Amino acid sequence: MSLPARVTTLIVAFLAVVGAVIFVVAHYLLGGPPTVDFAASGGQVNVVMQTDASSSPTSVPDHPTWVSYFIKSPVTGAWVHTTLFQVPAHTRVHVTILGYDGSTPVRNQVWGQVSGTVGNVAYYSGKPVQTVNGWNGRYLIQHTFAIPGLNLNVPVQAGPGTCSTGPCTNKAHSTTTFSFETPAQTGAYRWQCFVPCGLSFLDGNGGPMQTFGYMMGNMQVVS
Amino acid sequence: MAAADGMAPDGIAPDHRREPNHGLRIFLLWLPVALVADLLIWFVWGPHMPPGAMSNSAASQQSDITVMAVMAAPVMALVLIYGVYALIVWRYREGDEEDGPPIHGNTRISVTWIAVTSAIVLSLAVFGTVELVGPAGAGAGEGNTPIWRPSGGSPLQVQVIAQQWRFTYRYPQFGGFETTSLMLPVGQNVQFNVTSLDVIHSFWAYQLGVKADANPGSNNVAYTKPGHTGNVQVRCAELCGLWHADMTTAGHVVSVSAFSAWAASTKIQLAALTKNLPPYSLTYDPNSVSQLGKAFHQAGLSGAGGGYYGSQYPVQP
Repeated sequence: MSLPARVTTLIVAFLAVVGAVIFVVAHYLLGGPPTVDFAASGGQVNVVMQTDASSSPTSVPDHPTWVSYFIKSPVTGAWVHTTLFQVPAHTRVHVTILGYDGSTPVRNQVWGQVSGTVGNVAYYSGKPVQTVNGWNGRYLIQHTFAIPGLNLNVPVQAGPGTCSTGPCTNKAHSTTTFSFETPAQTGAYRWQCFVPCGLSFLDGNGGPMQTFGYMMGNMQVVS
Repeated sequence: MAAADGMAPDGIAPDHRREPNHGLRIFLLWLPVALVADLLIWFVWGPHMPPGAMSNSAASQQSDITVMAVMAAPVMALVLIYGVYALIVWRYREGDEEDGPPIHGNTRISVTWIAVTSAIVLSLAVFGTVELVGPAGAGAGEGNTPIWRPSGGSPLQVQVIAQQWRFTYRYPQFGGFETTSLMLPVGQNVQFNVTSLDVIHSFWAYQLGVKADANPGSNNVAYTKPGHTGNVQVRCAELCGLWHADMTTAGHVVSVSAFSAWAASTKIQLAALTKNLPPYSLTYDPNSVSQLGKAFHQAGLSGAGGGYYGSQYPVQP
């Protein structure tokens, strides 16, 4: 092989490797769901979410069959397929979760206890709850919204049925509301569902349970 | 004749200088270095060795690491000094083509080497075994039937329940309530019963020197006795999924009276939740969820996740 051909081969091989590295970094490491930014108004923030049994392929092309959270954009009012949101520090956050999923017994009943919210209470359609029995035939819980770093845990009320074309807007749903204070310490606070609801994964703990945009995410607290 | 005229066959005059006692030289160089290193390790570095001395198991581990460092330092010093000495004294010199004296078959060196290394290794083995037995397992998980138990009355029972990605703690001697915070009394023996509800985790209470694997369907017992009040950082020490690194808990060792007050108030505070918990057990079968799923299905309800209870569950209706 001539020298120019060898040099050309080397350059092409080098560029191919560099391109592959850039693709992996951009697609797998830098990619991911968007962050919904909530600005405080009067020291308060309203966060609206919904849970869906599964989603429409157009809104969630990657894994439409996975159970998922959606967050409502405070700017456009559109439902965003993400579990990343940003709130200011030292702010009271009012959370509303619309439940478009069914119900399930929690694996550990300790997650039926409301903690870390204002008054250690949550509201199911306006009715205050502190301890929810997710077993024994009552089936009141579908998922949980928990921020372990704040010792916050809220069992989300089971919906009257399941919606499989999330984000859903025109079906019956449950409504869980609660409030909590963001800490002074800025940074990322992970949140997750403690109901192992990853369909077809070992003990229900794979797939959506371990993927941003579905049943776990980050709350970014900024100054 | 070369031998007759005192010349080597190749014409180079043999070196009749008396070879110095290299062994003595190395020993005299090594002795003060080893002595200083051991004194520094024992008196200066030792008290700061991990994991500290907050409990009897942690203190035991700290002293073990210190002793091993004290034994290892002279060996390391000998290797380094020998290496440096060889580089300087036995370096290549212009015109020196002669081999060093053969030591193959030197019985004295062989016996000394075997005796010293055997003594070091065997003494460490005996020491390690004694140290494991003495402080009731030295804070390590001993399985479901521990061989070494602490003396002096029945210990405080604390069940550690691991799940992705949080530890919770159950206190069977106080009505079986379950909390997300670890609270322990100072000066009392504690028995951790460690289990998992899903994958393999590892309960690592760093300052207490306790580390025990948390396996689903299995109970792993570890003992400790906190000697000082303070905070304890609990981490998962077994890669268990995406948020493994964030599976941490803050624990607290408090006075006996503060612990009693906390336990009494928490028992009352969590009474409604405790009623919903399953009966206290050393293990909890994660598959029992599928039993619940069966009843759930029979109630005519649909499952969260659009069918979480997949066909892999034998009791799936």
